[in-house]
Amino acid sequence: MASTFDTVANIIAETCDIPREQITPESHAIDDLGIDSLDFLDIAFAIDKAFGIKLPLEQWTAEVNEGKATTEQYFVLKNLAERIDGLVAAKGA
Amino acid sequence: MRLEYFELVDKIEELNLAEGRILALGNVPAASPVFEGHFPGHPLVPGVLFVEFMAQTSGWLLLGRLNFERMAFLASVKEAKMRNFVQPNTPLLAEARIEHEGSGYGITNCKVTKHDGTPVADATITLRIMPFPSSEFSDAMRARARKVGFTIPA
Repeated sequence: MASTFDTVANIIAETCDIPREQITPESHAIDDLGIDSLDFLDIAFAIDKAFGIKLPLEQWTAEVNEGKATTEQYFVLKNLAERIDGLVAAKGA
Repeated sequence: MRLEYFELVDKIEELNLAEGRILALGNVPAASPVFEGHFPGHPLVPGVLFVEFMAQTSGWLLLGRLNFERMAFLASVKEAKMRNFVQPNTPLLAEARIEHEGSGYGITNCKVTKHDGTPVADATITLRIMPFPSSEFSDAMRARARKVGFTIPA
């Protein structure tokens, strides 16, 4: 079974036409991969569907804008995968 | 429809917010400056206006589900297909169904048909959900909603 990171990386590769080998757990979706907010909506949709969750993008954006969090916490892919695992676990709890 | 003003939904015929479905009517007018250019001597509704009709219909559906507290803006159009020509003076129906509601965006599957069911266009529409930039804009949308037969919550 694919890891959460692998699933997310495959979604990004397919959605944004980025070579899969360029996408690593350390990649920052915005700063390293150049994904903009519109493309990220497509990624969020695919992640929501794949994991049966709802990524709280609005909450994350607000936290970053208010200085309560950094973009790295949500958009570095290993961190994003960890957040997804947390949301999946919370759903099953 | 007032094509020049991009007011494409004339009336909301059916609305089921719980199921996430809407059916909207738009009457293509008999005359419009749009037809002078598209095309001279052979007036046809531009395909981009079918896309806008689907986007506006989807927007009303999302606005309803958002209780008119935030606005929906067109973000992307996928798999848009124009299946038949439409001449002036033709009533059209647009149906939109919620495919997915994410955080800050919504996705709908839409289609436009003639009254006899002839397919005109279809697409998957993504709308970005954002705060109203001003109270005047919010008020204008509510006023427009009443005009098209939307029952605004208190």
